[in-house]
Amino acid sequence: MAQIIIKNVRKEFGDFTAVKESSFTIEDGEFFMLLGPSGCGKTTTLRMIAGLELPTSGEIYLDGEEISQKPPSQRDIAFVFQMFALYPHMNVRKNLSYPLVSQGMDRAAVKAKVAEVAQILGIEDILNKPVGGLSGGDRQRVALGRAIVRDPKAFMMDEPLGALDAEFRERMAEELRALHDRMNATTVYVTHDQLEAMQMGDKIVVMNNAVVEQFGTPQEVYDKPATLFVADFIGSPSMNFLRFDGVVEEGATDIKMGEQVVGMPRQMEGARGSLVYGIRPEHIKLTDTGAYRGSVLATEYLGTTQIVTLDTANGEVKARIDSAQPAKVGEAVGLSFDAATVTMFDETTGQALKSELNQEVLARG
Amino acid sequence: MSSFSVTEPSNGQKWFAGILVVLYALITIMPLAWIMMTGFKTPPDSISYPPKVIFEPSLEGYVNLFTTRTRVGQEALDALPPPETWYEEIVRERDMVIAGPSKFGERFLNSVIIGFGSTFLSIVLGTLAAYAFSRFKIPLADDLLFFILSTRMMPPIAVAIPIFLMYRNLGLSDTHLGMILLYTAVNISLAVWLLKGFIDEIPREYEEAALIDGYTRFQAFYKVVLPQAATGIASTAIFCLIFSWNEYAFAVLLTSGTAQTAPPFIPTIIGVGGLDWPAVAAGATIFLLPVMVFTILLRKHLLRGITFGAVRK
Repeated sequence: MAQIIIKNVRKEFGDFTAVKESSFTIEDGEFFMLLGPSGCGKTTTLRMIAGLELPTSGEIYLDGEEISQKPPSQRDIAFVFQMFALYPHMNVRKNLSYPLVSQGMDRAAVKAKVAEVAQILGIEDILNKPVGGLSGGDRQRVALGRAIVRDPKAFMMDEPLGALDAEFRERMAEELRALHDRMNATTVYVTHDQLEAMQMGDKIVVMNNAVVEQFGTPQEVYDKPATLFVADFIGSPSMNFLRFDGVVEEGATDIKMGEQVVGMPRQMEGARGSLVYGIRPEHIKLTDTGAYRGSVLATEYLGTTQIVTLDTANGEVKARIDSAQPAKVGEAVGLSFDAATVTMFDETTGQALKSELNQEVLARG
Repeated sequence: MSSFSVTEPSNGQKWFAGILVVLYALITIMPLAWIMMTGFKTPPDSISYPPKVIFEPSLEGYVNLFTTRTRVGQEALDALPPPETWYEEIVRERDMVIAGPSKFGERFLNSVIIGFGSTFLSIVLGTLAAYAFSRFKIPLADDLLFFILSTRMMPPIAVAIPIFLMYRNLGLSDTHLGMILLYTAVNISLAVWLLKGFIDEIPREYEEAALIDGYTRFQAFYKVVLPQAATGIASTAIFCLIFSWNEYAFAVLLTSGTAQTAPPFIPTIIGVGGLDWPAVAAGATIFLLPVMVFTILLRKHLLRGITFGAVRK
């Protein structure tokens, strides 16, 4: 198993830059998520680690060895494709033994290894079936089996659950995570689904427009977003952005937003101009006495909680509150913000401003 | 199925379609059937008027096709020992003796060598080229593809004279190699285009999976891509074979002896001993067989080849 270091990797396809200088480190045994909207460069990054694309510049280290220009066969990395890419002209057993045969392993050893993997994945009964008639889940398991059968240094997975039905997805996600915990293999997983990333990942890299926006644990990325994009992309509903013109003083713990003064974590840098006050829906409470006012536009009932959409002086705001709490459309209410959780952004740069809350995360870049 | 289904044709429509298909089949099969029947007629039967549909079958046409014969006088004929084989007997009845084998066997073999040789070469080169066009970034790929296609925009025979002169200078006239190269050159554009379509349809992920599994690019090509392109290769092979098998004009122009194929040879039968239609028909029948067998063997692929891309799998 292995540590993977991505250093200033860049990839261009003609005039199009798919990945701009990106750097991050995947620790040994981590379940690492590459998250971003389609076309953001996450799959290209994954393919560069696997060797299916060669970076235009930059280095990739696998266990300390520079591999960025090596062919995939010399990297000892397994890849699970979104559409599984099982060899259609072979049965399940042959699909599983194919990577071992290429290494010149003898027949008996191949048979034993395939049997072992089939047992781990619970696919012993379908070994002699052609891959054509398999269900989505079984195809997924065979694809995983083909990846784990040769004990590679790391696994690359390109939206492996993307082709499955919603109900099956959750079960496979659990199976996948359980498999990872059991094998402790370094896994890099590409997804555009932020819930999947939060649910399964040890660490997340958020990419957008060929750039790494943020890199950290799911908690860090959720609670301490480094950019407006990350704050918007992660979480459902996403973070509320209250836009206003104002001044942030270094060391301040509150700020004048229009007529109202609202709280925030102690700021470590100053800024002025177009600012954004970012707060998660669950950190907003509705109180009758709150000075910051808004009127209820809509409510969405979600069982234990409800999402209340409010119209305020700074635009629409969504609050996640207890469903027991009454909220009627058209009603005027006061909002109170949990100041300690707030992230301030400079709208022109899109970057978060350093505060007591996020300074450590931002310092890591 | 309810009787009001929109997509399912009604019984009347099915009958109508069936009758049309049978009529069309009769029209197309008619000349073929006539040729095959003529092959089994005797020369007088073959030119009788009105034409005989019911006749006594004879192998005279086939015997005449494979032999050369000489007419001998009655005395010489009487002096000969009685015929030893059935084919000698047929020939004797016409007051002739067998002088030796005809060149049909050799010409037929030439057709096989040249037809299958050029088909094989077209497929090998075409598959490699199509794979390259399909998978790699080639500078000016679109222009190159157009250039390849453009070689089919005029009838090949339009360049017959330059090719004739070139072949004479290069010593390729009347050689197997020359004909194989010529037919390959004509077929390759079709092969590249057809095969590129098929290979484009094979998802890249299969090869990438093979690359990841530790195979080289070429191993991935022949172990993963080729088996899946089998359908395309088969239907392309049929098209190539049909062209080079049937080709007449170049064969007349460029071959006369060692490398002459069957199409220019069969008409030469006429004139040796008058209008020997049964022998010509027999030659045509035998000549048809390999392509027929080949096509029937690969017909499933052929159908898929004609309709490929029409339906998303």
